[in-house]
Order: sequence, then structure tokens, then C-alpha cells
Amino acid sequence: MKFLCIECDAQMEFAERRQPGDGTFAASFRCPRCGRSVALLANPMETQLVDSLGVRIGGRTLDPQPLQMTRTAVRGREDAFEEGNGAGDGTGGDTGQGSGGHSAWSSAALERLARVPGFVRGMVKRIYADYAADHGIREITPEVMDRARSELGLEGM
Amino acid sequence: MRGESSQIPGTGSIPIAYRTYAGLTGQDRSGVGGQVSEQRARVRRRLAGVRRVVGVISGKGGVGKSYVTAHLAMALARSRRTVGVLDADFNGPTVARLLSVDPHVRIRLVDDAVEPAVGREGVRCMSMTFLLDAGQPLAFNGPDHDSFVWRGAAEAAALREFLADVAWGTLDALLVDLPPGTERSNELCDLLDQPPEAVAVTIPTPESEEAVRRALRAASSRGVRLLGVIENMAGPLFPGDAGATLSREFNLPLLGRLPFHPGPEVWNDLAARL
Repeated sequence: MKFLCIECDAQMEFAERRQPGDGTFAASFRCPRCGRSVALLANPMETQLVDSLGVRIGGRTLDPQPLQMTRTAVRGREDAFEEGNGAGDGTGGDTGQGSGGHSAWSSAALERLARVPGFVRGMVKRIYADYAADHGIREITPEVMDRARSELGLEGM
Repeated sequence: MRGESSQIPGTGSIPIAYRTYAGLTGQDRSGVGGQVSEQRARVRRRLAGVRRVVGVISGKGGVGKSYVTAHLAMALARSRRTVGVLDADFNGPTVARLLSVDPHVRIRLVDDAVEPAVGREGVRCMSMTFLLDAGQPLAFNGPDHDSFVWRGAAEAAALREFLADVAWGTLDALLVDLPPGTERSNELCDLLDQPPEAVAVTIPTPESEEAVRRALRAASSRGVRLLGVIENMAGPLFPGDAGATLSREFNLPLLGRLPFHPGPEVWNDLAARL
């Protein structure tokens, strides 16, 4: 999918994606010549269809996670997954070592992680831990989680 | 490359020049085609150690596909072959229980995959039943209305992930327990580089014969290598001879006529013929 700025006869550039609520998916594009922006809004049904294909509008921002579509889409059992490397489900009483790196989790971040459904929590934890490791972050806080969500486009996680 | 021109209604003089997709040479950052290609490559890499993928098809429900799949897998394992079972019947998963796997087993994640559960005779197994609460139907997050639009795509993606994201390891055979109908079988063909092999399961009745005939034709049209027909629940209880009829019609071996409660020797004989 490409967007054309008709007046400039120029291809618009992908700018960002958001999920503003009610299942709507928004992707914005900007004309590099005139600066005009447009937003594509997909209704919840269209959003779900794209998600179901396991593809990402705007491109992938992180490596595929095991059973990613299944875990994010299925209404699954809370304790269906046992994470490897002794990471538990991310809400244990340990120091909160991440499964994909060596960053510690602040208590506020663990509290927030605990609100993620158990079916998908381990996967979400691993994504944040990998992000922290990639960026040399020693402690994962809610602010770090917000930044990762924004940069990686983790809508719905 | 300029495409067709027109005008915005009501503006009179502002020309619109639509370019073609290919005519816009900048990168398509979404790259959906590339993402789909990578999904298929992931399936290919995961199944590199799997010698055979064998679908168990029928076209008709209630003929005992899962029962045959589970016992055939165990018989193959007894003959020193490494076997996996992918339960592709997402809406009625039963094969795990038939392999004596606890349906509430916790799935372990390792690196870039999940480990399959291990059932009787060491058969590796992955099933949607492991992911659901007891007695709960398969349900997806998303809008409750118009789910027919996307549900098929979601189930096809789940099949892809069960192939690509389960650490199947090295297998002599991966049996895929397919649900009634032909859709999931077609999806399996779409996801694999080469069409799978398949065995068809029927019961003796004319009704089953007709449904399985359709499934065999559909599979054949996709290039599936048909290994033979298995007639389940053979005996005086059901009228008909669907197994023999379909075998003749499609020029396939009748691999077995299984009575109710067949013993291990029956399964071992069947496994030896595959």
C-alpha cells in the first residue's frame, strides 16, 4: 500500500501508527514536499482482518515472537504458557530479571505487567526486556515501557 | 509511469494523475508481500528436519480421524519412528487427550519456539486445547460482529504458527489431524513448499463415501499425494462399503478396515503400510 500526494505528485512517507480506541487502526503518512499529512483509519473489522494475517502495516518493528498471532488474538487460558529461562510469567516476587536480557524491573513496571493477561504476559515481558537490552537500559520502568510501545508500535500490548 | 487522469468532481479544473503502484518507486514500508514471504520461510526452516508431512483427511465429521491419527502415530512410534501430531482441528481438538497428554499442560517457550507436549510412545503433540480453558470454545479477541470476515484468516494464521513456531525437531513423520471439510487442507497446502501426503478416513456408509470423495478430489486437485483409504468402524453396524469403493475409484490402496476397538496389532499393520 502506497499513498500519493496528488498535488505534489510525490509518494507520501509512512509516519506513525496508532490504535486510538474501539479497535480502530490509524496509520499516518506525510508528503515529503508539501508536508501535508493524511491518516488512514481502518474500522475494527478491517483492523482485525489485517492482524489475523500476522502482518504489520508500516512494517515489522520486532522479530516475530513464537505463536505471536495466536497469543495476541486467542482468548486463551491464563496459565497456558510457562516461559523458558526461569523467567516465570513476569509477576513473580524475584528481582524481575527479564527473559530476554539483564535489566531489572521496577516495582511499578511489574505492577503494570501484572495487568497484562497471563496468556500473553510472557511474550510482552520478553519484548520489553529485549528492548531494554538493545538500548542498554538497566531498569525497566513504566516510562521505558511507554517508550518501547511507541517506538515498536506495540498497539494492544 | 502515469496512470489514468480524471478530475475531482466539482472542482472543474484540478487534474488528478494517478500513478500505478509500481510507478511509485519509493519503498512500501509495510512490505506486506515480504512479510508473507518471511512467514513461509519460517515454516520452511522449522520443518527442515521433518521427513514427511501427512494429513489425515476425511471431509466428514465423526468418522474417527483423530482416533486414527493418534493410534497411527503411536504405532509409528512403536516402530522406532519419531512422530509428531499437529492437531489442526482448532474448534474440536481431541487428539491430545487420545495421546494421553494433559490438556492443561503448560506450554514451555524456548528461544524462538514453543516445545511440543509429549504423549504416549513419545509422540510430540501441539493442540489448541492446550491454550484454552476447559470446555471453552475457541474465541478470538476482536469485534464480536462480522467475525466471519476475519476468523478464517485467524485460524489459517494459527495453523501457520503451529507449523512454524513449534520446536518439532527431527521427525520421520508429522501427522496433521485435519477437521472436516476441505478448507484447512487447502491452507496446509498453501503453507508448505511441497504438497503434503494424506490418508483419507471414512466409515462404511454412502453418506461418508460422498463426503470423503469430495475431500479426495479437493486434495488431489492441490497435488496432495494420496497414500490410501482407511475404513473405520467397519463391521455389521454400518451399511455400505465406502472404503473399497473409494479405493477403486481413486486407484488407492485400502490401507485397512478397522473394527471397533482394534488391538495394537491392527495399528501396527497399518503403520507398516505407510
